Amino acid sequence: MSATPSKPKLAVWKFSSCDGCQLSLLSCEDELLTLVGQVDIAYFLEASRAVVEGPYDLSLVEGSITTELDAERIHRVRRVSRRLVTIGACATAGGIQGLRNFTDVEDLIAAVYPTREYVATLEQSTAISAHVPVDFELQGCPVNKYQLLEVIRASLANRVAPIPASSVCQECKLRGNNCVMVAHGTPCLGPVTHAGCGALCPSFNRGCYGCFGPMESPNTGALSAWLRKLDLDDVDLVRVYRTFNASAPAFQRESERYGRSA
Amino acid sequence: MSVRIRDREVLDVQLRIYEPPRFFEGILRGRHYTEVPDITARICGICPVAYQTSGCLAVEQACGVTVDGPIRELRRLVYCGEWIESHALHLYLLHAPDFLGYESAIHMAADHPALFERGLTTRKAGNKLLITLGGRAEHPINPRTGGFYRAPSRAEVEPLVEPLQHALDETLETITLLGTLAMPDFERDYEFVALRDDDGRYPIDRGRIISTSGLDIPAEGFDEHFVEEHVAHSNALHSRLRDGGSYMVGPMARYNLAFDMLSPLARDAARAAGLERSCRNPFQSIIVRGVELLYAIEEALRLIEAYEPPDPPAIALEPRDAVGYGVSEAPRGILWHRYQIDASGAIRDARIVPPTSQNQRAIEEDLHGFVAGHLDLSDDDLQWQCEQAIRNYDPCISCATHFLKLDVERD
Repeated sequence: MSATPSKPKLAVWKFSSCDGCQLSLLSCEDELLTLVGQVDIAYFLEASRAVVEGPYDLSLVEGSITTELDAERIHRVRRVSRRLVTIGACATAGGIQGLRNFTDVEDLIAAVYPTREYVATLEQSTAISAHVPVDFELQGCPVNKYQLLEVIRASLANRVAPIPASSVCQECKLRGNNCVMVAHGTPCLGPVTHAGCGALCPSFNRGCYGCFGPMESPNTGALSAWLRKLDLDDVDLVRVYRTFNASAPAFQRESERYGRSA
Repeated sequence: MSVRIRDREVLDVQLRIYEPPRFFEGILRGRHYTEVPDITARICGICPVAYQTSGCLAVEQACGVTVDGPIRELRRLVYCGEWIESHALHLYLLHAPDFLGYESAIHMAADHPALFERGLTTRKAGNKLLITLGGRAEHPINPRTGGFYRAPSRAEVEPLVEPLQHALDETLETITLLGTLAMPDFERDYEFVALRDDDGRYPIDRGRIISTSGLDIPAEGFDEHFVEEHVAHSNALHSRLRDGGSYMVGPMARYNLAFDMLSPLARDAARAAGLERSCRNPFQSIIVRGVELLYAIEEALRLIEAYEPPDPPAIALEPRDAVGYGVSEAPRGILWHRYQIDASGAIRDARIVPPTSQNQRAIEEDLHGFVAGHLDLSDDDLQWQCEQAIRNYDPCISCATHFLKLDVERD
């Protein structure tokens, strides 16, 4: 495929992550060919060995910063990107590997690797926005592929992507779900979690576990009081806020009310 | 990757995995055992069900429970969805372009739109299975320790049949096509390691660990026979047999060790594409993956036909001070978990051995042998064919699929 000058150039960058978010781009089975027709996928190592030179009109960034090399690389990515959008919990909030931020990384290294000096890592796993300016952050572990497509379209058209910052509760109401917390006493993070999954877990009779991270202005204190009534103790409360978005400020603050240790 | 060549002799081949360490085994300590499937799914966005399944098996064993009957069947069905999704992704979108001479599936799509679309629709059939039964394709939310949160009804499962049947027909055509591809001439004597299913089916969701040289052990025997080593040049631990060297896990290993458990259709398709009962050319893994894709689709259809929603959808577990082991066949090969939990349900210790770290030594040896036989290639061609040789293993480190910077030092 030759690079047509008129087509905007898209790049997909990976940092520390599981690849699930960039994979959702390949899971857009019905839309992928259309997308390929509209943009020049100029840098996407997961899917191609060909690399087109920057600058790029839109860079999608997956993963968090956990090494010195990556902390430098993200600046180079920013410099060649007109717009930079983070995709997923790792890039937006440090991800599950951000649990190291609440403990001593040396203990974690010792738990996994026999030879300390072979391991190069930073003490913290940080969001992309802690290093460079970010134009938009798409939450989710993993992201919703339809929202991802919408963000791509919006970014290339210089408009704001219509991604609601409301809670999972709203999506439950839209789906007509019974409230799992009210009806079954199942602990649920839906009231404080960013919408986007379509209220997936409550639709499968389980409580939301917060993989989309905090909604805008969540009332975590009120939810924690409810969770206590459902017999969650301090250890449980720390666990529920410290998963895939543990270092998102609202969840981090709330978990630190109940203990430092993960 | 670095290759050192002197006087037409390959001195050294090193595959460096740059994937930054994420310390899952460390961060699992102190977590609740019920969190295992949600947390370990995040190790890999391509094969989360494998992590969830091995993790659940290990936790269940620690709690003294074996999950059988309709819950196990549903687990196997979900797992088939992952095999279909993952094998279709690798076969059509990552590996086929190498054989047809394209830099990516997107480049391939311009000349072979039907093949590209077949890859997408097949993958979609697998993803649809994962979405219907697991909630979503990446990091499914329905699997839990003991079973599932909710058992989908028969009415929800029925619509999966049509796209799977379509995928079945197309996969047969693809295997025929794969049989016509020119394969680099390269064979090695591998020690294959795979599972043997206790019900005599092709190994997917659980089983005993067996090998070419006659190993036959339960998951808890792994440490006695295998060892993980830390090497300076890579962030992935390397595995080897304690009393031997490298070994291979994944489609080729399963095919060689469990050929008789394939369906008659899959066996016939393999033979028609030119495969023998034994296959030792790693480049032919693309055909083997096609045969496994066919089997997974057939098996999914069979499981759907026999499907009865498990009631209850999960077995209740009672934590106790114990250690549990679990192993299943991820699309890329055996994936082993071990957890030590306590009576409060907290995880005290965790160990996970993924397929790619087990294959890493075999990959390096393949490259060593391949480079030695192809010294006359230009550095560019050598790089491409080495990349292709790595992609034979479908390594789940994304950066290993297309990242390759090959440093050839010719003295």
